[in-house]
Amino acid sequence: MTKTYTTRFGSLADYEKGSIDIIDDDPTRYAFSNVFEVAAGARPYEKVAVGKNRQYVVEAIRAEGTSEWRTAPHDEFALVMDGEVEIRLQKLGPDDIGPTAERGSNSLEGAPSGPAMGRVVAGRGHMTLLPVGAAYQFHAERPGVILLQTQEGPDTVLRWADIIQTN
Amino acid sequence: MSTTAPVDVTSGEPNIDGYRSFRLGEFKFSRDEYFVYVEWPTGKHVMSADAFLKALQRDVAWQFFYGIVNFDGVVGTVNHYGTVDLFAGRYNDVYRKAELDHLENFDTSLIKATFEQMLDDWTNDGFDPFAAPSETGSAFGIKNGNNRAAITRHRVTAARMVGVEGDEGLRTDDNGHPVNRHFLDVPQDEPQKYPEPGFENELASFNLFAYLSRSQVTWNPSVVSVCGDSLYCPTTEEYILPIIHGNDRVEWFIQLSDELIWQVEDRDSGSARAKVTMRAGDVAAMPADIRHQGYAPKRAMLLVWENADPELPSLISSGLLPSVPVEL
Repeated sequence: MTKTYTTRFGSLADYEKGSIDIIDDDPTRYAFSNVFEVAAGARPYEKVAVGKNRQYVVEAIRAEGTSEWRTAPHDEFALVMDGEVEIRLQKLGPDDIGPTAERGSNSLEGAPSGPAMGRVVAGRGHMTLLPVGAAYQFHAERPGVILLQTQEGPDTVLRWADIIQTN
Repeated sequence: MSTTAPVDVTSGEPNIDGYRSFRLGEFKFSRDEYFVYVEWPTGKHVMSADAFLKALQRDVAWQFFYGIVNFDGVVGTVNHYGTVDLFAGRYNDVYRKAELDHLENFDTSLIKATFEQMLDDWTNDGFDPFAAPSETGSAFGIKNGNNRAAITRHRVTAARMVGVEGDEGLRTDDNGHPVNRHFLDVPQDEPQKYPEPGFENELASFNLFAYLSRSQVTWNPSVVSVCGDSLYCPTTEEYILPIIHGNDRVEWFIQLSDELIWQVEDRDSGSARAKVTMRAGDVAAMPADIRHQGYAPKRAMLLVWENADPELPSLISSGLLPSVPVEL
């Protein structure tokens, strides 16, 4: 007998959240959430932390339409969990404001003035380096989800009480 | 030029089944056709050779990992990042109350060299301790050759990101990474890159899910991207995590595909705390005072997210940092 295996990924339209069965503990200690559920309830390009370990965060981002240009003083990594996202990369120019905080990304007032580096069209499962020294802009024709590996910055949204399992 | 001082591993002659015995301080290790025996001044313990070698393989490959690597509910190691505790019964309430527990601290070089030789001597031809049960031969029987290629395979540790020029490479059929039988339906398309002239080598993007679908091993977190001390360590999981991992810091799990079930226990006593069922898109933290073991009915993709800051264990154990990631 042969068996065909089906790999189950999630999406905004189709995800099945798991759960914590508590035996002797407080469920909030596990900060249990789901990136698709969080992105489904978020505004486009809102950066909602779903993981935090001191200054480091993992953010769930709803990709929809065109984002502002952003830059960070360190590398960041964008993993597309659902949909298709175009990632535009451009070097910062000498007159651009650049990173304004020690950590995390901040928005720019407009497009940076440095040379365009190019663009990446990323689908589900694709991970893209957002390199230090550059700015980036996301564009998605249809709603999608990005998981961003970064550090907590001025626009990171922390709303644990709304997103994690509490009982 | 730096040199590494030779380490004297204490071992005996092969026994009737062909296996050498090993000694670390007052601990003695031996094996026969089916079992591994561990002895210490106040007790002794027996494990299946299969289970022991799977745990030993990970302890060696991970260089004792973060915190505690329990081989089972009795024997294991604690990493102090320069030295390692080897213990029996120390994190088992019953052994401790009966005063049968034992712990010794060793330089990492000595315990690492001893464990490496033990793994090499006790792993037979055809048995791969990293592989899923359906994808490897048997650990049992009298000594039969070795499987050095499997137990010393390269562990991926990207400096920046897999696929970046000069960093860890992608997995392909041609470099010995065919798509796993459980992931034949995972799309293998790569991102479309449109670099401007002069930036051909600076646009870095790869298909992480395709990369994971080609993993040959199970339960082996490996670094694919680095943001300071923030390490993305995805892994593919099938059957049971061969160790029970005791945390010395908060660790995060992000389920990328399929389903995992985690049995969570108190790190020090082993009493049950929770069961966590994770499906694609789920995120959960493992607090710094628990231990956990995972179960995967089908091969699944898990993103293990670590903070490698070396100060964390002391900050948490001294109470300067909480054992939980967020407080409401």
